[in-house]
Amino acid sequence: MASRILSRVLTLNNFPKQHSKLQTFSNLFSPGHRALSTSTKCFSLEQERPKFPGSKAKWTEKLEFVHSDLYDGIPVYRVMDRSGQVLQADQDPQLPEEMVVKMYKSMTLLNTMDKILYESQRQGRISFYMTNYGEEGTHIGSAAALDPADLVYGQYREAGILMWRGFPLDSFMNQCYGNELDLGKGRQMPVHYGTKELNFVTISSPLGTQLPQAVGAAYAYKRAQNGLCVACYFGEGAASEGDAHAAFNFSATLECPIIFFCRNNGYAISTPTNEQYRGDGIAGRGPAYGISSIRVDGNDVLAVYNVMKAARDTAVRENRPVLVEAMTYRIGHHSTSDDSSAYRSVDEVRFWDSTDHPISRLRNYMALRGWWDEAKEGEWKKQSKTNIMESFARAEKKLKPDWRLLFTDVYEKMTPGLKDQMREMEEHVSKYKDHYPVQNYAKTTTPLE
Amino acid sequence: MAINCTRNQFQKLCHQAFRRNFSLRSAAQAKQLTVRDALNSAIDEEMERDERVFLMGEEVAQYDGAYKISRGLWKKYGDKRVIDTPITEMGFGGITVGAAMAGLRPICEFMTFNFSMQAIDQIINSAAKTLYMSAGEVNVPIVIRGPNGAAAGVAAQHSQCFGAWYSHCPGLKVISPYSSEDCRGLLKAAIRDPDPVVFLENEILYGIPMDVSDEVMSKDFVVPIGKAKIERPGSSVTLVSHSRGVQLCLEAAKELSGSGVDCEVINLRSLRPLDMETVEKSLEKTHHIVTVEQGWASSGIGAEISARIAESKSFFFLDAPILRVSGADIPMPYAKTLEAACLPQPQDIVRTVKTLLNVK
Repeated sequence: MASRILSRVLTLNNFPKQHSKLQTFSNLFSPGHRALSTSTKCFSLEQERPKFPGSKAKWTEKLEFVHSDLYDGIPVYRVMDRSGQVLQADQDPQLPEEMVVKMYKSMTLLNTMDKILYESQRQGRISFYMTNYGEEGTHIGSAAALDPADLVYGQYREAGILMWRGFPLDSFMNQCYGNELDLGKGRQMPVHYGTKELNFVTISSPLGTQLPQAVGAAYAYKRAQNGLCVACYFGEGAASEGDAHAAFNFSATLECPIIFFCRNNGYAISTPTNEQYRGDGIAGRGPAYGISSIRVDGNDVLAVYNVMKAARDTAVRENRPVLVEAMTYRIGHHSTSDDSSAYRSVDEVRFWDSTDHPISRLRNYMALRGWWDEAKEGEWKKQSKTNIMESFARAEKKLKPDWRLLFTDVYEKMTPGLKDQMREMEEHVSKYKDHYPVQNYAKTTTPLE
Repeated sequence: MAINCTRNQFQKLCHQAFRRNFSLRSAAQAKQLTVRDALNSAIDEEMERDERVFLMGEEVAQYDGAYKISRGLWKKYGDKRVIDTPITEMGFGGITVGAAMAGLRPICEFMTFNFSMQAIDQIINSAAKTLYMSAGEVNVPIVIRGPNGAAAGVAAQHSQCFGAWYSHCPGLKVISPYSSEDCRGLLKAAIRDPDPVVFLENEILYGIPMDVSDEVMSKDFVVPIGKAKIERPGSSVTLVSHSRGVQLCLEAAKELSGSGVDCEVINLRSLRPLDMETVEKSLEKTHHIVTVEQGWASSGIGAEISARIAESKSFFFLDAPILRVSGADIPMPYAKTLEAACLPQPQDIVRTVKTLLNVK
């Protein structure tokens, strides 16, 4: 009933002043609106509203608390059912075959890359990894609806956005290996991607910091009037951080073109959602901040696309924040440092993997249209795996970055103290070069400053 | 933010405080400028110079800032560039960091640096490290400023120096100015700097008029970050300090000159990068050094200077151990008498120098 209560509030607030009060009143009495006053004084109260600076509500003489369990919650918008059938024809975005196939290929390529990099961590070849299993629909559906120039702040489980924007496999691999070609100069843990070229801000490990930062960037975009927005991704777990509150509130008061995209995947590492919050999830918080909010089936890539498209329109045209809560399920462990069998059942995971997977749903949709079949699937699987393995092998063979890059980018220009440190280390390494594996490190030819 | 309602109390108390402690100079002096006006004019001129510069903080707009540093700026630049925020330091800390990442030049005002603790993750983990973690791709040209250190009568949670905290962290530049000249020149430099700068002002000094030259009043006047200033040349002992501590040193030096002790007073200006060259050069001349700070001694600025001297060749120029004058190692008491006892006073410096030089 949340949406109904919300629509009621909207009706009242937007009601033209000269409109018949009777109509307003009958609206109030429509069945199902349990939280409403039935006082006949309502007429006169309508005329004189409270004058408190902090509230635009109405008077009531009925002592009544608002309970969160009075309604069912914001509904989950979907386009397809689990078999890939479109439920209401007018909700099909009618994307061209080529685009849908690209979406599917991005989702499956990500899935295969995850498998290979996860295994490589298990073999000790990279230090850490985080898979995106089960959440591919949220990534690709949302990324496809954005303008490629829109700025993205990710949390850490959004590799699909980069995949959609054309981040080369080699760049993923180079980052995870932290080799000499890594755009990040080997400074970050694996999966902390960042690329200015693709408008994807380097991942920051502390949870939630990207939220207020994204609002700040959106404020800059608003000032620039560049017709772009900022998309900020976060998990429902990060929404417990104070940063989330700060970001929601500021985005509303500063009126910024930002889309908050929450991937509600059911777990904050090991903590299930029912221990993370009461009330109506993350989307349910939006209206309290004055943010238009919606909940979507994150495993329905077309639904995510539709929602994101509409959200972007609102954000850019009206300079307003929008909150999207995409419901999904984290099929993989939180990271390679986690074993989720300690806190959830194998059956639960298997259900989502086998019955409600975003990839199989899109495949069904494509098959129904004759765009995809077993032969194409087999060929694509083989080809994508080969591409990944080749890229992986290339990255593994590369040298490590020049160790002297330790000292650059602390500041725009190296301070005297940093130069001293670098000089000291250069002298030390050159004196004891037989004791250091210097041959494993690249040597930058341009002067470091 | 902690206790907002103490704001007016803050102001009253500090006005009283400096009325009590300082006799203002005669009007016949050269051009004078208060620290407040130095900061205000620096922001104003930089906002005029660069459209990307904007100011954000609690009450900085129509109210002109809790300490009136932003006086007149909202009227001049409007809502777009002088922005009042809800009371969420972590929020506007993060928002200014994000705006800087996206190409603006934000000035983030904390009503006092005590409240910056609410935003510490944004300052340390994001502002300071993003350039490095993004491999040089994402600059964060932000200035984080506000009053720092002990005020007057505002007790433990409103009276501490964060100089040592912030100067601990690579990636940040940390400025702790003393005079109107410092404030004007260094704040302008900070706003133009491509790196994140923490700018630690002193509330007690805000209302104090100080002599300034015509050069200081020029729109192009900029003081380089990372360079100390010798405020008073001398030959017997080096006194190193920052912020209001410099004033205490100058008062102590004046008194000590009566005992035939000629103090050299160094105003550090920047805490990171720390200008050890100036300190060491002075020490090699005087052979004695005393550090003075209002913050706690433990892992403090004096401790850092002392350690760096011990690691340098200038150590061998010392004729006596390095001594530190600092705040007492307890949270600040509320009682006026105890507060005074906990903060270094000129007399403490005089006594320490006399002990060091064995002067009666």
